[in-house]
Amino acid sequence: MILLATKYANSTEQRFEIIAVSVVICLVIFELIRRRRLMERYAILWLLAGVTVVVLSVGQSLLVKLTHAAGISYAPSAVFAIAFLFVLAMLVQFSMTISRLSDQNTALAQRLALLQERLDRERDDARPPAPGASRVTPPADRP
Amino acid sequence: MPGKLAIVPAHNEAGAVGPTVAEIHRWAPDFDVLVVDDGSTDATAVRAREAGATVLTMPFNLGIGGAMQAGYLYAREHGYEVAVQVDGDGQHDPRYIKDLAARLASDPSLDMVTGSRFLDSDGNGYRSSAARRIGIRVFSGVVSRITRRRVTDPTSGFRMTDRRGIELFARDYPHDYPEIEAILLMHAHRLNSCEIPVTMRARTSGSSAISSSQSVYYMVKVLLAVFVGLFRRHPALDQPETPGAEAAGRAEECPPVVAERPT
Repeated sequence: MILLATKYANSTEQRFEIIAVSVVICLVIFELIRRRRLMERYAILWLLAGVTVVVLSVGQSLLVKLTHAAGISYAPSAVFAIAFLFVLAMLVQFSMTISRLSDQNTALAQRLALLQERLDRERDDARPPAPGASRVTPPADRP
Repeated sequence: MPGKLAIVPAHNEAGAVGPTVAEIHRWAPDFDVLVVDDGSTDATAVRAREAGATVLTMPFNLGIGGAMQAGYLYAREHGYEVAVQVDGDGQHDPRYIKDLAARLASDPSLDMVTGSRFLDSDGNGYRSSAARRIGIRVFSGVVSRITRRRVTDPTSGFRMTDRRGIELFARDYPHDYPEIEAILLMHAHRLNSCEIPVTMRARTSGSSAISSSQSVYYMVKVLLAVFVGLFRRHPALDQPETPGAEAAGRAEECPPVVAERPT
């Protein structure tokens, strides 16, 4: 959509195509949330990107103003800059999410190991094993 | 005898969780108390156990939604018939638990009763910042419109559910800021809910889960979730005991109080 926005930035007729593409992207995101494939938490940035493109293509004067304010001479470059910022924001969000998930995964594995150990010990305490028996619980013991 | 459970989510509430558990034992002695320690880094779990609660310790902070759902999973697995949510920060006064229980028992078509801060008739309402009040107003309007009944306090987490509510929330509970979505989830599954007036206290320790910088995200996220939720298919849960429940579910107001329980 950003590519389209760049290509047609000066053409009023093709603005509708850009808008249509953005709207389709928003609808895809919406459908992913509805099917619970995407959590709202991660969808907001995507929807924001879609809405930004719609707003910039509807109000082209806004894009021109933004371009001047940022000291960029060529409007499509401004679109690229905005697109780059969105991509960057999403990548940072993903990195943060992956870091959090790794931490939580570690914590889960540790907690599981501690619980397994406690379960084994309580089972051994309940019925003392034959000499030399392994402390590891055979999987068949699990209900 | 049907079991009743008080679920107390607590995140770093070592100061408040003990008194809260003790108060539940005092004012609602027929309720078992389950504290869900949501990855606290202080002595929350120890204080809760000292006060006589069962404690579920989350290995890390899941957020209020995940913690509450753990509580509902526990309630389902142990066959509890009624579950009430009582925040671990002392905001919810356990003296109202019996009122919630009485309201829930008064009408068999009711599945959830919420304690509302804004139904208080003697004008002794809840004090909070203007921004938060406006936010609650907006959500109150949205939720009331969707459910077609008056919901004055959609952000209240002080609520009691029956077996069907426990089943529903054990299966599906919203993640981030769950209260508003939970009401709509109840409605979408054609379960009935109602409010009674309560007075909430100022928190005794800790800080709100929602800081002012997060409130914009809160609004956007919840409105998005509410909007998307309207387009999801929600199967009705089994309603074996009350054939009149469907009619009551379409009523404008809460179902009227039934003086004597029909047998």
